[in-house]
Amino acid sequence: MSSTLSKIEKRTAYTLLLPAVCLVFAIILFPIFANVWISFKEVGLKDIRIPEPRAKKIVKNIQDSNSELKIIYKLRNSSLIQDIREVRFSDKLPKNVEPVNLDKRCEFKSQKVKCFFGDWEAGYRENFEIFVKEVNNNAINKNNVKSYNPGLNGKSNNILLTTDFTLKNFKNVFINNNFFELLMTTFYFTFFGTLGAILFGIFAAQLVNQKFYGRTFMRSILLFPYVGPVVALAYTWTLLLDPNSGTINSLLVNYGVIEKPINLLGQKYLIINILGFELKLRLALTTVIFFEIWRYFPLAFLFILARLQAIPKDLYEAADVDGAGPFRKFFYITLPQITAILSILFMIRFIWNFNKFEDIFLLTGGASGTLTLPISVYQQGFAISNIGMGSAVSIVIVLLLITFMIIYFKLIGKKANEI
Amino acid sequence: MKFKSLIITLLASSIFLTIIICIWKILATLQGLSFTSLNFNLNLLLSLGLVITCIFIGKKLNHNLKIFILSLLFTILYTFLNENSPMWFSVGIFLLILFFTNKLKKYDLKYLNQDFISEKIVFEFLSLFAIVFFALVILFPFYIMFVTSFKTQTALLINPIDLSIDFSKNIFEIFKSYFVIFKTYDFGRYILTSSYVSVGTVLITLLFAIPAAYAVARLNFFGKTFLSTSILIIYMFPAIVLVIPLYTVFSQLGLRNSVEGLLIVYTATTLPVAIYMLQGYFKSIPKEIEEAGLIDGQNWFGIIIKIIIPLSLPAIASVSLYVFMIAWNEFLFSLMFLDNPKTFTLSRAINHLTGDAETPRQYLMAGSVLVTLPILLIFIYFEKYLVSGLTAGSVKG
Repeated sequence: MSSTLSKIEKRTAYTLLLPAVCLVFAIILFPIFANVWISFKEVGLKDIRIPEPRAKKIVKNIQDSNSELKIIYKLRNSSLIQDIREVRFSDKLPKNVEPVNLDKRCEFKSQKVKCFFGDWEAGYRENFEIFVKEVNNNAINKNNVKSYNPGLNGKSNNILLTTDFTLKNFKNVFINNNFFELLMTTFYFTFFGTLGAILFGIFAAQLVNQKFYGRTFMRSILLFPYVGPVVALAYTWTLLLDPNSGTINSLLVNYGVIEKPINLLGQKYLIINILGFELKLRLALTTVIFFEIWRYFPLAFLFILARLQAIPKDLYEAADVDGAGPFRKFFYITLPQITAILSILFMIRFIWNFNKFEDIFLLTGGASGTLTLPISVYQQGFAISNIGMGSAVSIVIVLLLITFMIIYFKLIGKKANEI
Repeated sequence: MKFKSLIITLLASSIFLTIIICIWKILATLQGLSFTSLNFNLNLLLSLGLVITCIFIGKKLNHNLKIFILSLLFTILYTFLNENSPMWFSVGIFLLILFFTNKLKKYDLKYLNQDFISEKIVFEFLSLFAIVFFALVILFPFYIMFVTSFKTQTALLINPIDLSIDFSKNIFEIFKSYFVIFKTYDFGRYILTSSYVSVGTVLITLLFAIPAAYAVARLNFFGKTFLSTSILIIYMFPAIVLVIPLYTVFSQLGLRNSVEGLLIVYTATTLPVAIYMLQGYFKSIPKEIEEAGLIDGQNWFGIIIKIIIPLSLPAIASVSLYVFMIAWNEFLFSLMFLDNPKTFTLSRAINHLTGDAETPRQYLMAGSVLVTLPILLIFIYFEKYLVSGLTAGSVKG
């Protein structure tokens, strides 16, 4: 009895899970594996389109005779790079209409013209003509002839399904494309973006954890940057920071803080002189990092605030009795209480920031020293139109990601579940 | 001891006041006032004077009378010493001083005599400053976005820091950018598409996630632990590594440039987190209620519809709002999959506007306001639910 019950339970469970699992498998897991396949191939964006045989049908009258017609099919191979093999053609004619002097490649059977055109090379074009005649010499209705659509089919290689593989993409990724700089930029962006977001999160959470007038309002607006759509916010910041007519540059020039506007998003380096030392600051990258911090500190804030509110009040009361000031209370009570959540936050935000695409893409498009791995996927795949290269970069991202996840689960995986 | 804390109080409070006045001045500049200098030193001296008088008067005068007189005096002095400024600017200064002197209420010589008082005072002003700082840094871009949509390109190029709205124009002129983006750029259609995609994603996600979450939460089956850990791991994989294969497959299947393709992808990417959030909540529902249902002869379908869903409406609301937000704000997939303006979502449409360098920025900002406003309103209205959605959605993934 119990075994049948558990069987029913199992079956129910699988039925309930099946749709979700299938969808996730098709849209998330399959592409990850497909990336591996594509990354070993030389595929461009234009190769993706499957070549198709196409025909445009034109019907023309023949002089002085309304019982005869000329049908012209403009045949072509839709692809300019790939051949189509064994192209077959068929079209239907109205009742009592028959072809005259039919092409050798074709035959006429039960009101259907069927042709076998053989192989078409890339970019093939032909004007194929058929003369038709009404059997009883009556007038032919032209629209009737027009109303049938010719059917065409042929075989072509789908470049994605062939088995020629190459290591060229990976060679390009690691050797030709300044891979080290790409990796370092990604790490700078990820590390400082994450750290900054967490630091600001701590400040904000500490702030909102106090009692003051307008506290709930403050709590809401602190989440605005995260809730707002990235497109709108990124473009607003681009306008704000614009060197020609951006508000921030104009304000700074107006108050004499700087002499000339600074192109915060378009300048790779800013050279600062401090005590005779020349410091090169990655300006555009720093700006992008600050945008990242601005947009994602709300999340850190949310978690740290939740943790702060769970700290027992008597700890602070005891500290009050001992006469500790607010700074000491922070370093000796608050900080030890939030280290666990901070480390988890750091790891998770690190992984997420590592994959951030939209923010940088919308602000700089990867120009002026802000090219990170995710942007590189887009550039290789869609700007340079080399799908294979894009996939190879994706594979690098996935491998790094798996490494991070292993580290994460080894270090704090268990702790994360307790919180 | 007393002397040290007095000095620290004076410095902290007057620096705070000076910074606040500077911020007010900068904001006023954006309303078209032509200040070219912040007069930081002068303001600092004025503030110091104000704080000293305030502390030394202490409680010798009625508090309200004191702050009123002091603010008035300060404002007159300030207006006299600084450049000419309109009435509303001075009123702003007056209100700021009123607020500030009110803050100083409890500070008199006796109060400053306590232990550790200087640290406390510095902390107090630091957090006041931090509130202003955070509010400013966060709201400023939103303010700019909103205000720019009412300006014209030429006005902005002539004087980029004058963001004041000219209310003397008629209402059609003021809202011109909004009329234009609806008429010329077809934003009405994009709003519809975006709403359709977002609501559709929410519905399909719930349809798939509720049964799956129920199975993970309640039923025993082979591979359960494996499944619940892989949900989290799958959620960690970013959209950017899925884009190329999905692009190729969708191109070959003819699903690009279709809203349905977008719906499928959005649903799949939000499913793991939706399942995760829902199963956590389902586990907290007492099992006895379901068992009662079983005895009444319900099958699992009946149990989910009649017991689980009504009991977990708050969790479902959180998930829905979270998924809605993700779908509404999503950009990467809509960029990759849509190149036909007929199928654009709002985000994609705004991106398309920037592709043309000639597009005046007020139209761009009007579009941005259109995409931002709904989601912010939803957030403010349903804050409680969305916050719990955000919490679950981001730490566990």
